Amino acid sequence: MTRYLLTKLIEAFIAIWGVVTIVFFVSRILGDPAVLLVPVGAGQQEIDNLRAALGLDRPLLEQYFHSLLSMLKGDFGISFQHTRPALDVVLERTPATASLAGLALLFGTLIGAAAGAIAALMRGTVAEFIVMVAALLGQATPTFWLGIMLILLFSVELGLLPTGGAGTWLHYILPGLTLSVFVSASIARLLRSSLLDIMREDYVRTARAKGLMPRTVFFWHIARNALIPVVTMIGIIAGELLGGSVVIETVFAWPGVGRVIVQGIQAQDFPVIQAGVTLVAAIFVFVNLLVDLLYGVLDPRIRRG
Amino acid sequence: MKPFLSALLRSRAGLFGFVLVMLFVAGAILAPYLGLASPIRSSLTSRMVAPTWTGLFSPGAHPLGTDELGRDILSRILYGSRTTLLIAAGAVILGGAVGTLLGIVAGYYRGIVDRILMRVVDIQLALPLMLLALLVVAAVGASTQNLVIVLALTSWLRYARIIRGQVLALREREFILSAHAIGAGTWRIMIKHLLPNVMTPVLVIATLELARIIIMDAALSFLGLGVQPPSPSWGRMLADGRVYITTAWWIVTFPGLAILLTVLSVNLLGDWLRDYFDPKLRTAR
Repeated sequence: MTRYLLTKLIEAFIAIWGVVTIVFFVSRILGDPAVLLVPVGAGQQEIDNLRAALGLDRPLLEQYFHSLLSMLKGDFGISFQHTRPALDVVLERTPATASLAGLALLFGTLIGAAAGAIAALMRGTVAEFIVMVAALLGQATPTFWLGIMLILLFSVELGLLPTGGAGTWLHYILPGLTLSVFVSASIARLLRSSLLDIMREDYVRTARAKGLMPRTVFFWHIARNALIPVVTMIGIIAGELLGGSVVIETVFAWPGVGRVIVQGIQAQDFPVIQAGVTLVAAIFVFVNLLVDLLYGVLDPRIRRG
Repeated sequence: MKPFLSALLRSRAGLFGFVLVMLFVAGAILAPYLGLASPIRSSLTSRMVAPTWTGLFSPGAHPLGTDELGRDILSRILYGSRTTLLIAAGAVILGGAVGTLLGIVAGYYRGIVDRILMRVVDIQLALPLMLLALLVVAAVGASTQNLVIVLALTSWLRYARIIRGQVLALREREFILSAHAIGAGTWRIMIKHLLPNVMTPVLVIATLELARIIIMDAALSFLGLGVQPPSPSWGRMLADGRVYITTAWWIVTFPGLAILLTVLSVNLLGDWLRDYFDPKLRTAR
């Protein structure tokens, strides 16, 4: 188990290093921030001075290794827009993104799991049909449009909820609901088909045949195994929620990491982009590490292999 | 082909998806010949006209209303579908070709090639695809060509992983071993013997990827990183119309519905294809 954990940790570090490398080189293509930062009408001399001060005049590879080293020490540089450490700018937005994504993941998974189980257990009924149509629609709806439609209904027409921003728990409802729809649609469809697959297995028939209570069969033989693909799916969804945060935080003016990354890209603020994307990737890698470990708990075969 | 078609006709969801996809493709191709108002020229006298269904076939009709510049929304949606379908189809073909090829190569050669490729896939998977796309588009600029490449970049790994797995199993089968024994070259084995045998999963992944890419393309143009104005794009229409949400609900409602219906129909078709080609499911029916 220790060795398994160690391998996974090393893999996680390699992945984050890869992300840092990709982001470093891609963001350097974005343009020259020094040109944007000097006041209008400044001469070439001033631009050069600023470039030197920011370390942008040194060879690219030197900049790369230099920034790798400082990043290991937790130093992502000073944000060009905010003139303070980029990591601080990003870290103070993290709770907003994490709480929203976590909330959506929690409620979405619970609703999705319940709906998926109902659809599988009540096969061929109206209930299954309704769940499946809702899930299909939920999966096909772009979250940013759903968000706008919910704003239209609950904020503009009914005037019940704020259109955007953060502060009170009321601000969580619309973005949380939007993301939960997406999460629960995926979970419901997956859990239904995984339950249906497992109910056909021989060991389930055996369990029934030896006279176990239906409830015991469902929770101990069927549900436990059907949850394995769902756990994998939660890892994938976590990634989509983190990536999708750039869009949904723009719709709801949510003060999170996604929005700060979008603003960083618009302002060519390398340190903020670098810190933001690295942080999101690190969270995602960490979530997937947890998923891998949870996997081992649910399915002992994976641990040995 | 015949059992395929009759199975499609028997499946309500699959048929619905198929018909809807065909309608969208037809709409995109025929858009210039439908006598629609110009999707680009603005008209100050008909700004933000609400949808009206009377006199539907008269020249000045706006069945889905007009936007803040007086442009007909139906026309913009249809012309926008041309851009969307072009970019999405291009990205699916490019991503599918690259991913399938790399998957076959990795699965066939195994060893160091395979390990490097899988490491690259892992690294890319650590970066949420939307962030990757956003960053690269911002860096290289949002032209149609760049969007195709970037969206393909977010897509190739899905093919590579699955096809690699398939090829790992296929390469031990007798027909590959015997092709090898009679002296067929590596390239020939990969193209003539392995490729045809992985086309089914490729087709299924491609359909499901098409839906994902359409949404991602719309999201990018929603953030202002799609095809640039004045070319109509669905995501951009949403972003622009959002400002007028209190006065003109239709500007932001219909482009979103277009995305929803397109993605829904492609997903239905993809699900049906997957079930049709999955032998395990077919025997169960």
